[in-house]
Amino acid sequence: MGWAIALHGGAGDIPVDLPTDKRAPREATLRHCLDLGVAALKAGRSPLGVVELVVRELENCPHFNAGRGSVLATNGTVEMEASIMDGTSKGCGCVSGLTTVVNPISLARVVMEKTPHIYLAFDGAEAFAREQGLETRDQSYFITEQNIERLKQAKEANRVQIDYTQPQPIKEQAIPRSEGDSQIGTVGCVAVDRNGNLASATSTGGLVNKMVGRIGDTPVIGAGTYANKICAVSATGKGESIIRNTIARDVAALMEYKGLSLKDAANQVIANAPKGTVGLVAVTDKGDVAMPFNTTGMFRACAVEDGHSEIAIW
Amino acid sequence: MAKWAIAIHGGAGVDPNLPEQRQEEAKRLLSRCLQIGVDALKANKTAVDVVELVVRQLESDPMFNSGRGSALTAKGTVEMEASIMDGRKRRCGAVSGLTTVKNPVSLARLVMDRSPHSYLAFDGAEEFAREQGVEIVDNSYFITEENIGMLKLAKEANTILFDYRIPLPGADTCSASVGSLVPDTSLQMNGLPISIYSPETVGCVVVDSTGNCAAATSTGGLMNKKSGRIGDSPLIGSGTYACELCAISCTGEGEAIIRSTLARDVAAVMEYKGLNLQKAVDFVVKERLDEGQAGLIAVSRNGEVACKFNSNGMFRGCATEDGYMEVAIWE
Repeated sequence: MGWAIALHGGAGDIPVDLPTDKRAPREATLRHCLDLGVAALKAGRSPLGVVELVVRELENCPHFNAGRGSVLATNGTVEMEASIMDGTSKGCGCVSGLTTVVNPISLARVVMEKTPHIYLAFDGAEAFAREQGLETRDQSYFITEQNIERLKQAKEANRVQIDYTQPQPIKEQAIPRSEGDSQIGTVGCVAVDRNGNLASATSTGGLVNKMVGRIGDTPVIGAGTYANKICAVSATGKGESIIRNTIARDVAALMEYKGLSLKDAANQVIANAPKGTVGLVAVTDKGDVAMPFNTTGMFRACAVEDGHSEIAIW
Repeated sequence: MAKWAIAIHGGAGVDPNLPEQRQEEAKRLLSRCLQIGVDALKANKTAVDVVELVVRQLESDPMFNSGRGSALTAKGTVEMEASIMDGRKRRCGAVSGLTTVKNPVSLARLVMDRSPHSYLAFDGAEEFAREQGVEIVDNSYFITEENIGMLKLAKEANTILFDYRIPLPGADTCSASVGSLVPDTSLQMNGLPISIYSPETVGCVVVDSTGNCAAATSTGGLMNKKSGRIGDSPLIGSGTYACELCAISCTGEGEAIIRSTLARDVAAVMEYKGLNLQKAVDFVVKERLDEGQAGLIAVSRNGEVACKFNSNGMFRGCATEDGYMEVAIWE
């Protein structure tokens, strides 16, 4: 039984011929975040601290849909959300509707640790961030050219990602192949230390062209994030689907109530969700790791104390 | 044909010294709303229609903490939230941060039926409400004198209160001070003596005559909460859940409900451990709430109904097709 860590940068229709200039920076970030997380675990940092640290890095990277690089809502702005959960205490912190907070995951942690509440959103959350002295930047800091382009294309196709009327395979959506990246990314990290303490953290900008005020699965405990004494899970994919299927909680529930192994529980949860909609990363108190997905790909990385590590997309 | 069943609640955690008159008023309201639900079920309305209908009634009455009569934020305003879930296909809708929408549960339903999303909040939700043409009122409509008084007390105590329905000497002048209360410190909820606390989210769960289940929950949240605070009521899996097997609505300490994903766990235990409704409800309330205090109502597709709470009382009512009908507050 040793430490283990797994992280993701979003599941989606990531074409296998993703050009190098799109692939390389993401793989580099995954590698960098994995190294950071592993070093922190080796140094004895708490899993809660580790997942926050890693997700902050992912938020700061403009290539993933969280923090800087978040996709845009229909009015061209960024509305970010995140949640964090401590498996040992089952404490949680969630935020939504952030527009200027550089690291949403850190605000989520502060909500957990410094308020009697679990979840703060929109103006109230922004005001709290300022009270607490968290770093804030103007909206323009978060908005990238790529995302302006994505929004434009989404509007032209008059579409919001996802199962509105019928579930549509993502392939049908008119995204130029060269764009190629996951459209429904989110970032997340789960970790367990040598003592079996678990934590999970997830952060996102949400859906391209989403309605203003739309909240997805990421800040909903039990949907996008969950951790208890058995496992920690962070999910990514079509938010509405993750909420209905209570993805993160279900992995733990199958283990707890049906006695399934992590691998079987995670696979079953993924298999029960519509194809092309979800992926997740999970670790157990025993140091097992699972990273299943039913989309074309999922940006992911993991490492365990015995030395095995992996960075992958498909 | 399956047997229908319905349960409603007006909140968990009740002061044992709640005056008789208040208890009677509450029971009358619960009876009235329960009857409305029963009549709709007898008329073969669908589960999701019935839960919406009943929760609208509870929201419109200022007695409980939802819609009119909602608890106030630290700023003295009302911010309401709600969620609804249809067990068929587990479609769901949720809203938070509403300030002018007369019936939050109906907006949650529209999010489910008429938007590509599951959850809308604050300005975006208010905008959607206007697009959809739902009834809009000024924020002052939701605010009651009693709650203005309660907020003042809460600030004096510098704490969060769920809500409070015990009239204080001089409460109508808003001059009552915390010092005039004689708190029963043996009973606490959310860190407060129960005599100055009384949470009242509202909810309804139904299984209709075709065996379909649905759930809905609505609230104004915690008295003196920070603006922007979201509780368990709009969170699918925590305050509300419905699937093919059952439907659940929870009330009580929001934090505890979220951490234990209370509503989802009832269904998960039925699904994965094969427990029946009552055993699932008993298990979850006993084993999953940790130190939290909460209550829930649940129905199963077999026409069973269950209510359970580890708090001191829960305003509730249940009825089944067999003719059973009961409204209660205490154990």
